[in-house]
Amino acid sequence: MADGSAITAPGIAPVLEQPRTGTLRRLARQRSTLAFLMALPLLAVIGGLVVYPFFYAIELSMLNKRMTRFVGLDNFEFLLGRETFQLVIFQSVLFAVSSVIAKALIGFILAHVLHALPAKGQRKWRGMLLVPWVIPPAVSTLAWWWLFDPSYSAINWMLGIVSVGPIPWLGDAGWARFAVILVNTWYGAPFFMIMYLAALKSVPDQLYEAAAIDGASAWQKLRYVTLPMMRNIISITVLFSLIVTFANFDIVRILTNGGPLDKTHLFGTYAFQLGIQSGDIPLGAAVSLFMFPLLAVFAIFILRGVNQRTKEGL
Amino acid sequence: MSGASLATGGVPAAATYHRPGSIRRERRWALIGAYAALAVFVVFFLLPPIYMVITSLKSSAEIADLDGNPWLVSQPTLSNYWELLTEGNFLLHFRNSIIVTAFVVSITMVISVLAAFSLSRMRFWGSGVLATGVFLTYLVPETLLFIPLFQIIGGIGMYNNLWAMVLIYPTLTVPFCTWIMIGYFSSIPKELDEAALIDGANHFQMLWKIFIPVALPGILAATIFAFTVSWAQFLYPMAFLVSSDQMVLTTGIISDLVRGDTFAWGKIMAGAIMAALPPLLVYAFLMDYYIAGLTAGATKG
Repeated sequence: MADGSAITAPGIAPVLEQPRTGTLRRLARQRSTLAFLMALPLLAVIGGLVVYPFFYAIELSMLNKRMTRFVGLDNFEFLLGRETFQLVIFQSVLFAVSSVIAKALIGFILAHVLHALPAKGQRKWRGMLLVPWVIPPAVSTLAWWWLFDPSYSAINWMLGIVSVGPIPWLGDAGWARFAVILVNTWYGAPFFMIMYLAALKSVPDQLYEAAAIDGASAWQKLRYVTLPMMRNIISITVLFSLIVTFANFDIVRILTNGGPLDKTHLFGTYAFQLGIQSGDIPLGAAVSLFMFPLLAVFAIFILRGVNQRTKEGL
Repeated sequence: MSGASLATGGVPAAATYHRPGSIRRERRWALIGAYAALAVFVVFFLLPPIYMVITSLKSSAEIADLDGNPWLVSQPTLSNYWELLTEGNFLLHFRNSIIVTAFVVSITMVISVLAAFSLSRMRFWGSGVLATGVFLTYLVPETLLFIPLFQIIGGIGMYNNLWAMVLIYPTLTVPFCTWIMIGYFSSIPKELDEAALIDGANHFQMLWKIFIPVALPGILAATIFAFTVSWAQFLYPMAFLVSSDQMVLTTGIISDLVRGDTFAWGKIMAGAIMAALPPLLVYAFLMDYYIAGLTAGATKG
């Protein structure tokens, strides 16, 4: 009994049971100790493998190549002055922004189209449309790599039928950039579709009925009912996808490995090349850390959106 | 109806406003438009996996033949699959992937169920901050910290060791699984705990006899998420594993089947199909849990 009231009404219990305050407090303390112990493995994972490595990364990024001397911000300065790295910044932004826009648009259209279907067929179509997102990207990119092969490209063969091409998919800087964006869009669009579909289903039908009675056109319904109701989920999904896309590794690494002439490198692949392959750990750590400010800003906005959702109880 | 908003827009609706039966006709056209759009995207989305299957059924000679139609198989053969399964390290990589995934999933679920129970029900000093911290950790991409982790793994002598993956993957799975488990646990009515406490249950009995059974769909979703992430992880094995006997599927296929300029495309595609099969099967049988697990991050509070 004392145990139960300690949990449900910690404020009232001591007043009701004056003499036993000490026991209750001890129980409460025991409970929070137990709670702490249960969360300890989680704390160990976050502390030991996320927080500590983060500070370690900052330390590493301020050492010289052999990691013998502290050089301050020299690595960051060196990177910023380097033309390849400026390209990496530009490419990462281009890659993230254009893929996310394409994914969001395709996802939005598909979610709408699916939502309009009769419920029975919806499941089947949805099942097929989600396949790109289920196959591990490191595996599905192999298929794209083969589709883009310079001499055996099956896409070029199809384009050849209508007398287009052959297109140097991975050999030309512009096309290679297009190719990595295309593959990322292919992989990520189903995620947007499923998020938007869930959001569309949660918009109450009465709102559309009310709009219809007021004589709203289909466009007006979309603009004044659907979009405002989905605003929060759209912004969370877009921000989340921006983080993931910005920090992408698998697709570029397999498809182009940064080439031709570093024209498709992203932060992740460039850090890998410098840090792991060329063995310049500090410089690689510095490249990765450049992502941090942008990611932090996105993360704060996502957190705000998620908290808002929780408060609204959606 | 919302399909019409994209397919036909508002204008035709206004023009045909007076004619009887026009709404039904308009709806039919919208539906046809919807199916056409779906068909286009299904082709786009399924083309690479289909081409994987097509290539994996061809012999090397047929793949190298530039005259034929690459989308057709003239002499289907299973030799690529057979060779992968009988020679080389493919089965070893498959086994490694299974070992890593099984361990990571188990570790993740134990850590995150305990932590989620503690954070959603018991509370302690700083537990609110920790819950937010868990969510922020989930947003840390693996490309941000792989270089210090590379140093740490080297420092404890686990470079090129499969078990290093078991140690590191939980950073990618635990935060998200904890986060969605907090959501599921919080939705369990408090009356259930009270009833259990009155019956004299302690906290572990409460977790084991009430929370886990009630939140089973959430646990399944989190398990599937952890499975998907560990199975698909590419960067860590790429950075930390170098010898073929330690590699997992995602890196093993490339490192073993691409030798310099010669690509065994038939085998690569056969390997890719087999590597994609476990997640596809889980997806086919548990689609709803799969989707719940992977989308809960943004929809659950």
